[in-house]
Amino acid sequence: MADAAISGHDHERPGFFTRWFMSTNHKDIGVLYLFTAGFVGLISVAFTVYMRLELMEPGVQYMCTEGARILSAAAEGECTPDGHLWNVLITGHGVLMMFFVVIPALFGGFGNYFMPLMIGAPDMAFPRLNNLSYWLYVAGTALAFCAVFVDGGAGPGWTFYPPLSWQDAPTSRAVDFAIFAIHVSGASSILGAINFITTFLNMRAPGMTLHKVPLFAWSIFVTAWLLLLSLPVLAGAITMLLTDRNFGTTFFDVAGGGDPVLFQHIFWFFGHPEVYIVVLPAFGVISHVVATFSKKPIFGYLPMVYALVAIGGLGFVVWAHHMYTVGMTLTQQAYFMVATMVIAVPTGIKIFSWIATMWQGSISFKTPMLFAIGFIFLFTFGGVTGIVLSQAGVDRAYHDTYYVVAHFHYVMSLGAVFGIFAAIYYWIGKMSGRQYPELMGKIHFWMFFIGANLTFFPQHFLGRQGMPRRYIDYPDAFALWNYVSSIGAFISFASFIFFIGIVFYTLRAGKKVEDKAYWGEHADTLEWTLPNPPPEHTFEELPTREMWDKQPHH
Amino acid sequence: MAHVKNHDYHILPPSIYPFLGAIAGFAMLTGAVLWMHGSGPWLFLIGFVAVLYVMFGWWSDVVAESNAGDHTPVVRLGLKYGFIMFVMSEVMFFVAWFWAFFKHAIYPMNTYEASTYVPPEFYQVDAFHLPLINTLVLLLSGCAVTWAHHALVHNESRKDVELGLIIGVVLGIVFTGLQAYEYWYLLDHQDWSFGGDKFFSTFFMATGFHGVHVIIGTIFLFVCYLRVRAGHFTAEKHVGFEAAAWYWHFVDVVWLFLFAAVYIWGIG
Repeated sequence: MADAAISGHDHERPGFFTRWFMSTNHKDIGVLYLFTAGFVGLISVAFTVYMRLELMEPGVQYMCTEGARILSAAAEGECTPDGHLWNVLITGHGVLMMFFVVIPALFGGFGNYFMPLMIGAPDMAFPRLNNLSYWLYVAGTALAFCAVFVDGGAGPGWTFYPPLSWQDAPTSRAVDFAIFAIHVSGASSILGAINFITTFLNMRAPGMTLHKVPLFAWSIFVTAWLLLLSLPVLAGAITMLLTDRNFGTTFFDVAGGGDPVLFQHIFWFFGHPEVYIVVLPAFGVISHVVATFSKKPIFGYLPMVYALVAIGGLGFVVWAHHMYTVGMTLTQQAYFMVATMVIAVPTGIKIFSWIATMWQGSISFKTPMLFAIGFIFLFTFGGVTGIVLSQAGVDRAYHDTYYVVAHFHYVMSLGAVFGIFAAIYYWIGKMSGRQYPELMGKIHFWMFFIGANLTFFPQHFLGRQGMPRRYIDYPDAFALWNYVSSIGAFISFASFIFFIGIVFYTLRAGKKVEDKAYWGEHADTLEWTLPNPPPEHTFEELPTREMWDKQPHH
Repeated sequence: MAHVKNHDYHILPPSIYPFLGAIAGFAMLTGAVLWMHGSGPWLFLIGFVAVLYVMFGWWSDVVAESNAGDHTPVVRLGLKYGFIMFVMSEVMFFVAWFWAFFKHAIYPMNTYEASTYVPPEFYQVDAFHLPLINTLVLLLSGCAVTWAHHALVHNESRKDVELGLIIGVVLGIVFTGLQAYEYWYLLDHQDWSFGGDKFFSTFFMATGFHGVHVIIGTIFLFVCYLRVRAGHFTAEKHVGFEAAAWYWHFVDVVWLFLFAAVYIWGIG
């Protein structure tokens, strides 16, 4: 026992089951996270394609109570709209994307694989707990699928506002499944956060003080704090919802003196940090990609670090800007408005530092760099519409319109997801030992860039025309931009399928990369000192300072 | 040799427990949904027992690794960091319940214009009666545990450590017993109900979750007592004991907030 634990493993390669089901290896667990997140992402994207198909033209042609159609539209008069199916798909898309795709990919996947490598740690602090995080994520995903498919599915939207989320309690188990799905995914993320924070604090390479840690590791560290402190609050809120549904409590039920708005407050106290949880790791990735392909060290390392910390801290004090229309006092609205706008400052520091990093750099436009530039451009755009929405007065008009949908898809679908793709193209050679085909990567980028912008840009127009969110149908006045938006969604979906093809091509037949630092000398963090792919156990000899301390000054 | 470890971190062999734990958790929660909708508790119970089994097996492994000397000073530091953060997440969980309590206490919906809700008249608990005794019981229990901790750290007799822990455990059980008695008294003799009003909801859920934490903490302390008897702890190396003590103090502090906010201010 003692010997086995000290040498860590026996010297034969572990069997398939041992390696992938009983893993205590951060790199294997990271890979598991990435593939699972990709699979769940495909399903979640498929939901939206179906929804965009329905929204392509006024009237309801596909989601009929007579039976859902896919290939052929129903003729006029043959289709009774199935609004519940619509609600279930929109809920499924939100829940899956927020909890089971983006966080697992960026935080679970790349965080697991590269954060320990960047700080020179041999593994995570609690390798077994790490695997529990992964498998709880899988269990949560299974519960989330139950929430979509059992008893007609859960349809209150991913925010689970009461009374929508408890009115079906006597007849449907779907929302209960969804609540437990979020509990389990929350437990998974909290355990992961504890693991990441401990690893970051306790296992940095000798001499790597906090002000020398690579930015991606910093972004994971800050994200972990947000998860640790916000998810338990959500757990409390959805537990109240669960007991309201099943055990007769009245936290949110007006008939028992409860208050539905209370749920919104507690939910968004989690929900706003969640938004930064989704995007901060992408910030970290982008910093490395931009520096690598501009062939310059990152501009303003320390302000970049403290901007991350500031965004994380501010994320906890702005939650009610999601609920300007619930009847808060003017003083409350004024506070949340100002606090929200303050976030533009640290975010601006990051954006301008990336631009300054590129300034006078010798930029090579490889696929990861394209995604990084796309990220900066589109995230800034989404940030600007965020400033618009932060104003309580303006929000009176925009609340629950497609303008909001466009805004948060620009920061997430075009922000966080671009970050994920940048990370995949940046590191796939390191993780697999094979390089992606450059031309294909660029085609993927342009398809996705055009598709996603075509999808979401017109939604600003729809929002300004007054089209509300979460409706299965709309008047003819909105037809044009909905049509354009749907075309964009199909292009995005095609690009995603194409991307899956690129990944499998790369893994099977991609060109082998022997060079450890194949992006050149400006990819100078510790993962670039390892072979492609890295061996099962890395840094059994802890890295020395010369291996990572490349930058002249910070 | 290629795979000699040249650092003090803990590299673990593969383990089946995380995978089993996730399956057990899935079964337990699916069972809970089915049970809540009238299908009988069996799947829930099977899942629950499986979760307990995984916890037992997993932590047995941790204890064995500790005894085998894998927990070097840096690993022990990591375990302490980890546990502190676990307690922080627990604190944030209670934030949600206090949030609900204070909202309903300070801005009750029945004071809003056009509200027709009339809160029920109910029996007022005297905070300085049973709840105060319970407060003292829990604080005394915390003192006993601190005594045990000091005895351990200063290498005094193991008897003191054991006695301190066992007093702590017994007082924890007394607290749970008194709390159960209070629930029974309120529900059975004073027409309180579990739900139906926002005050009852917050009262029972907040004190109930605290009670669950007391039970968990009591078990944790009892495990420490068994480990003291087995000679697992030394003056320098007793992370499990410290974690149990921290957890117990956390439970104490939550109770003090409940006592002050819910019993003295909220009911009185």
